Amino acid sequence: MSDGWRREALRLAMPWLAVALLLVVWEAACVVFDVPEILLPRPTRVFAVFVARFDILLMFCWQTLWTTLIGFVIAIAGGMLLGLAIGASPFVYSGLYPLLIAFNAIPKVALVPILMIWIGVGAVPAVITAFVICFFPIVVNVATGLATIEPEMRDVLRSLGASRYEILTKVGIPRAMPYLFASLKVAITLAFIGSVISETVGGNRGVGFLMLSAGARNDAPTTFAGLFAIAIMGVLMYAVCAFAEKRMTRWAFRGELVS
Amino acid sequence: MAFVDLKGVSLTYRLGKETTEALADATFAIDKGRFAAVVGPSGCGKSTIMKLISGLLPATSGEVWVNGARVMAPIKGVGMAFQNPTLMPWRTTLANVLLPMEVVEPHKQRFRGNRAEYAGRAMKLLGTVGLADFAAKYPWQLSGGMQQRSNLCRALIHEPELLMLDEPFGALDAFTREELWGVMQSLWLDRRFTGVLVTHDLREAVYLSDTVHVMSRRPGRVVMSTEIDLPRPRTLAATFEPRFVDIVHELRDRIQQEHVA
Repeated sequence: MSDGWRREALRLAMPWLAVALLLVVWEAACVVFDVPEILLPRPTRVFAVFVARFDILLMFCWQTLWTTLIGFVIAIAGGMLLGLAIGASPFVYSGLYPLLIAFNAIPKVALVPILMIWIGVGAVPAVITAFVICFFPIVVNVATGLATIEPEMRDVLRSLGASRYEILTKVGIPRAMPYLFASLKVAITLAFIGSVISETVGGNRGVGFLMLSAGARNDAPTTFAGLFAIAIMGVLMYAVCAFAEKRMTRWAFRGELVS
Repeated sequence: MAFVDLKGVSLTYRLGKETTEALADATFAIDKGRFAAVVGPSGCGKSTIMKLISGLLPATSGEVWVNGARVMAPIKGVGMAFQNPTLMPWRTTLANVLLPMEVVEPHKQRFRGNRAEYAGRAMKLLGTVGLADFAAKYPWQLSGGMQQRSNLCRALIHEPELLMLDEPFGALDAFTREELWGVMQSLWLDRRFTGVLVTHDLREAVYLSDTVHVMSRRPGRVVMSTEIDLPRPRTLAATFEPRFVDIVHELRDRIQQEHVA
């Protein structure tokens, strides 16, 4: 086997080795310092609970996943529209940007009780919280992509007699795509935070609710199993976004292709 | 009447309270089917002239006329090529060259239905600049010279009556640049569009043009216009013959005065 192949294999194994190392250190620390389970359960205990309560975990994960994804998809659609509007028009920009920043500065946790009053407990507040929390980075990135078009590229199209709409569709949108996909990787993890916050503050389903109720029963292993489940879903969805990014905007990764 | 006509055109850039007079009283005309170059010391408003003729910038005073109509807004269907090739990295070379067809009338209407025909035309044009084998490649897979060739193809595919070149060969190495002069000349001999070339390379200006206009330093005025009546097609060897060299020296001396003054 060549040296290059071995390095490549090691590179692929690195994330798994890092996770394994973390778990081993955690387990060892729990045993050595005799940490009570109610404070910090050992990973093996968490894993055992994970297996034992797999069906209920799966059910609650599914609830969290679909509320997150619906909020995420709405945020992509809305974020693209608003981002394009803000990036394309200085008037929309100056009108809405301060408002957006103000809105983004609001702690989203504070919104959930208000949503509860308006809508009640359930999936809808989780969807809305996920949407609200991941909307902003998408808008800002799409607007940035549009605003940083090379002036010469715009001039070429203008001198051909292109309308504003044509400039937007021929240059603006393709140019904004790498920015959009970059923001999606941030947005999907934020969306999980949003839906879980909502479930924690006032839900009757989902991983957030599971963790809260397990915590109330001093059932730390189940709480940690919930945490692990969210982390796994987050990594998986991030990977999906990263894959979509590579597929859709191959040209933006030209460096890797040429070499 | 001249195809491109500038009458006492001036332009003042305004940035807040600061004003910069880029161009003062530029007056010259280019007849239809002729190739003109604008040369001058750096910062003399050469590129500004390009933007004024194509209507991308409105003149502060004076009049710009193109093809018998006064230019008040971006005029349509002009071919333009800048020093930066500005090809779109998400399109293949062929799709980049076809871009004007998707925008300029009457091709815009026909483009969807007759894509193959237009692609054939673009391939033929790419063939004349030696890029037929690279049509499916992306711009970032091409060398700088190849990118600039595709850029020229994109500027010419819709057969514009007016081609504006803003230092299109400026960023290339000397060999590639001289090679592209030849490409440019044969494209012009073939199609006889009206050409405006902004450059600071005097050999390039003399090689390609029928007339060379010399600008003063900022704020720019046209201080000298020289007819180049050398026979065409011109060869690279001809650029070292005494008559050619004399013209280049004459232009250089005039520009030198602007630096000293």
